[in-house]
Amino acid sequence: MKLIISNVSGIPIYEQIKQQVKSAILSGELQEEEALPSLRTLAKDLKISVLTVTRAYTELEQEGFVKNVQGRGCFVMGRGSELIREQLICKVESNLSEAINAAQIADLSLQELHHLLDILWEEKKNG
Amino acid sequence: MDNFLEVSNLSKAFPGFQLQNISFYLPKGYIMGLIGPNGSGKTTTIKLILNMLKRDGGEIKIMGLDNISDEKTVKASLGVVFDSNYLCEEWTVTQAEAAVSVFYKNWDKKKFSELIRRFHIAPEKKVKELSKGMQMKLMVACAFSYDAKLLILDEPTSGLDPVSRDELLKILSEYIEDGEHSVLFSTHITADLERAADYITYISYGKLFFTGNKDEFVDMFRIVKGGRNELTLDLSEKLIGIREFSTGFEALIKSEDIKMFSHLDVEPTTIDDIVVFTNQEGDHYE
Repeated sequence: MKLIISNVSGIPIYEQIKQQVKSAILSGELQEEEALPSLRTLAKDLKISVLTVTRAYTELEQEGFVKNVQGRGCFVMGRGSELIREQLICKVESNLSEAINAAQIADLSLQELHHLLDILWEEKKNG
Repeated sequence: MDNFLEVSNLSKAFPGFQLQNISFYLPKGYIMGLIGPNGSGKTTTIKLILNMLKRDGGEIKIMGLDNISDEKTVKASLGVVFDSNYLCEEWTVTQAEAAVSVFYKNWDKKKFSELIRRFHIAPEKKVKELSKGMQMKLMVACAFSYDAKLLILDEPTSGLDPVSRDELLKILSEYIEDGEHSVLFSTHITADLERAADYITYISYGKLFFTGNKDEFVDMFRIVKGGRNELTLDLSEKLIGIREFSTGFEALIKSEDIKMFSHLDVEPTTIDDIVVFTNQEGDHYE
């Protein structure tokens, strides 16, 4: 998994780690039961504080993305996990809202939008 | 024992300077930065921890033991790096090893030669022929060769170029990686600390300003920027420090006051910003 830290984004480092781990899980790059990098090794590699990584991992656990097994490390929860599903639905909703915004600007009707969605869905299904 | 270092109510008075009731603790497996402007009491604190100065009051425990009554035991597990080299300048690296190793029962000769090879220090060179960065690494190599559990560094990065500073930070984060070692280091180059340190202890004019989690410390404050006419009276009362210039102002505020300033530019702060804005002349923030 790629994990890099930006110094100019203005986003706190723990938040950057969280976001990147989350998107790796949501995209399937990190699979269920896969281990996250060891907390202390990641801190060393990224040259950041151990407590910063601890905070990112703890919050990921609270949000249901990973589980912490004492002495063994942090593991990815299944994608079927209710919380992760919720996150995915959230993502669908926000992307759809964006599509609606663009559709309204382009003066598309709801019917035309539905039609577009059907076409794209079929295309995706057929690879 | 979870805390490798515990300092409670430490005090020391000199003519014209007082270190007052300093308390902080450093858990096992973490890095703490001791910060503050020059003359704030950082080196005094370190010298008191090492019993190089007699404290007037308070208590210092290293790995659960008193730093004075158990001095011998304590020092066997303590490594020290000063900003100036403490080894005899005329010694070669090999002679320096011979001189230092006699003080430590568990000195690991093999580890020392591995370390100086890794740090690219030539064993036949005289100490005075080494660059400042090399001398610093030689002192670190000494501390690691008797497996010091707690490493204390006084201004280790001052006078070092960015490459050596980066190398030192790498060495330190590798050192604590196993969770069994801790580092306390004083510095005024806070950019180095900004990322690597887990805890911050900030001393200003002999008083403890803050001790605790570094991320929380940085998050306690914000920088606000705006035009001069945007600074109303009730807003200026909330400022911790301010810099005014012809076209605007920049100020440090507490994060809890952020709402009052929401119409202005509010940015996250750095440790440097906090130290600068809390140490303006004639304006001591309590």
